[in-house]
Amino acid sequence: MNIIVCIKQVPDTSEVSIDPETNTIVREGVPAIINPFDENAIEQAVQMVEEHGGKVTVLSMGPPQAEAALREALAMGADEAILVSDRCFAASDTLATSYVLSTAIREIGDYDLIFCGKQAFDGDTAQVPPGIAEHLGIPQVTFAIGIEVDGRKVRVRRLLEDEFETVEVKMPALISVVKQINEPRRPGIKAKLAAKKKEVKVWDASCIDADACLCGFDGSPTRVVRTFAPSRNTEGKKYEGEPKEVATAVVEALIAEKII
Amino acid sequence: MAIYIDKPKCIGCKMCIPACPYGAIDMVDDKAEFNENCTSCGACAYACPTGAIVLEMAGKGEVDTSEYEGLWVVGEINDGRMAMVTAELIGEGRRLAEKRDTDVSCVLMGHEIGHLADRAAGYGADRVFLVDHPALKRYRTQPFTDVLTGLINRNKPEIVLIGATSMGRDLASRVAARIKAGLTADCTELSINDETGLLEQTRPAFGGNVMATILCEFTRPQMATVRPKVMKPLEFDDSREAEVIEVPVEINEKSIATKILEVVKDESGSDVNLTEADIIVSGGRGLGDPKHFALIEELADTIGGAVGASRATVDAGWIPATHQVGQTGKTVHPKLYIACGISGAVQHLAGMSSSDVIVAINKDPDAPIFNVAHYGIVGDLFEVVPAMIEAIKQRRGDTA
Repeated sequence: MNIIVCIKQVPDTSEVSIDPETNTIVREGVPAIINPFDENAIEQAVQMVEEHGGKVTVLSMGPPQAEAALREALAMGADEAILVSDRCFAASDTLATSYVLSTAIREIGDYDLIFCGKQAFDGDTAQVPPGIAEHLGIPQVTFAIGIEVDGRKVRVRRLLEDEFETVEVKMPALISVVKQINEPRRPGIKAKLAAKKKEVKVWDASCIDADACLCGFDGSPTRVVRTFAPSRNTEGKKYEGEPKEVATAVVEALIAEKII
Repeated sequence: MAIYIDKPKCIGCKMCIPACPYGAIDMVDDKAEFNENCTSCGACAYACPTGAIVLEMAGKGEVDTSEYEGLWVVGEINDGRMAMVTAELIGEGRRLAEKRDTDVSCVLMGHEIGHLADRAAGYGADRVFLVDHPALKRYRTQPFTDVLTGLINRNKPEIVLIGATSMGRDLASRVAARIKAGLTADCTELSINDETGLLEQTRPAFGGNVMATILCEFTRPQMATVRPKVMKPLEFDDSREAEVIEVPVEINEKSIATKILEVVKDESGSDVNLTEADIIVSGGRGLGDPKHFALIEELADTIGGAVGASRATVDAGWIPATHQVGQTGKTVHPKLYIACGISGAVQHLAGMSSSDVIVAINKDPDAPIFNVAHYGIVGDLFEVVPAMIEAIKQRRGDTA
């Protein structure tokens, strides 16, 4: 069974902030990590290949430094790694990104399943996995919390708002996974060293036959026109003192405002 | 968007016919041919084994945006009931449509849902597209995508809004990719630009540290998923009426790639859906021990709320992950959020900082949760929470 896992290198969002002067995102010195949900996708793929045989290929679109994320995935047990990187991919929105990844997947060719994390930590859109599936013309099953293979069929348990839904789909299919599906392994020094020696293929737009009109800025129907810091509530009242008194004061205030 | 049949490639296998939800394919001289029912929804292109059906997309700037008019809300139906987020979007849609001098339509797809047209009307929809078919009984990506794409292609709405729920995010992404339209995820604010008439879509990014305003200038419809409980519905008024358009579709179960085997209600926690709850009481690491969630539950029960939790408590196995609020858990927007023993890591704030009123109880006066709290109580939650329960019960006793 061949599984392709699409991953993204993201800034650690807990360190990202807005420069209040320029209203632009401050990224300097922010550590880059594998999107946490993608770690679950890698783990799931590695586990399933360990059980059923086959290989795991990790795929990422990004600048050259995204190679680091792919090496981490190799250390986690992926067999092959491919970085699609080209200046014409810059400024891609979710539609253009899913197009580029789908052309790379076509180039890889032989796959049974495609795994993604349910969404990326920086953008939080969850739009790329369905976009890839649509571009490839294969079914998608999003928000998976459990995956079971039965011949050419896959049974996927989905985590929805307040219920679990089990869906059956035939391969090939794309599945996006949630955090609760597994606990990603933490590779040891040995695995990390071995991953350093492995090859990370780098493909540009011509390698994957990507139409430049559908990539990057030209291929992106959405455009960010403004970024700004979220308004934080600064008028909050702080209560300190005897627990009974402060508790009563807050309850009275909530009742007075008809909140409870 | 255009669709055509590359005749030499067509082998006359007829696989496309059952895939078409609009009955738009005929066989002429053993080759597929579209009739006037075709909506260019693309369902047949995916069923064709030889690639003979080609979907052609317009490039950037090639869409005639003046052809598109009207605001649509794609309804969400759960167990035969219209989800609240649909009513919220109809309410918000009215406000936006007024600025565009246009009307609001609601698309309802499901099975035996005729009675819901009145719900959509009562919440303010001018028009309801009713698509009723057994294959649409429960949401599945493929048939919903085919039907909605067809409707959009045929009617050309200018704006399409969908709830940013599991269903909405799955469906909107697939439809937008198929029609090559711009889509903005999880918006918390929408407005119409006075000069350009474009939909300004504002959403949190980078774990809530950054807000971004996004435009779709060249493609139509302008699509957005919108976070539940952010927009305000109109007061339900059953005297409102809407034009109801019943859309006939033909869906063949065999051509649908997925089968739903089982649906199990999540019984692991309270029966209240966190994303729909008006009041949420959440516990964090400050509880010290899983058994102390009982105190959180008691406060939640007293004020009719649901129980939430921080990532730390879920990771520690104190409470099931379905209770988790935050970036890796659920994004909530209740009227009242009470955070007990939660320090307020960015990833938690990302999931709850847009709540109407936030009460925080924490021992540490410098905890970041106090930066977003409207009422911050510095103190031991094991003293404060029981005192709050007591105070609420007493007040209720006084007035009852």
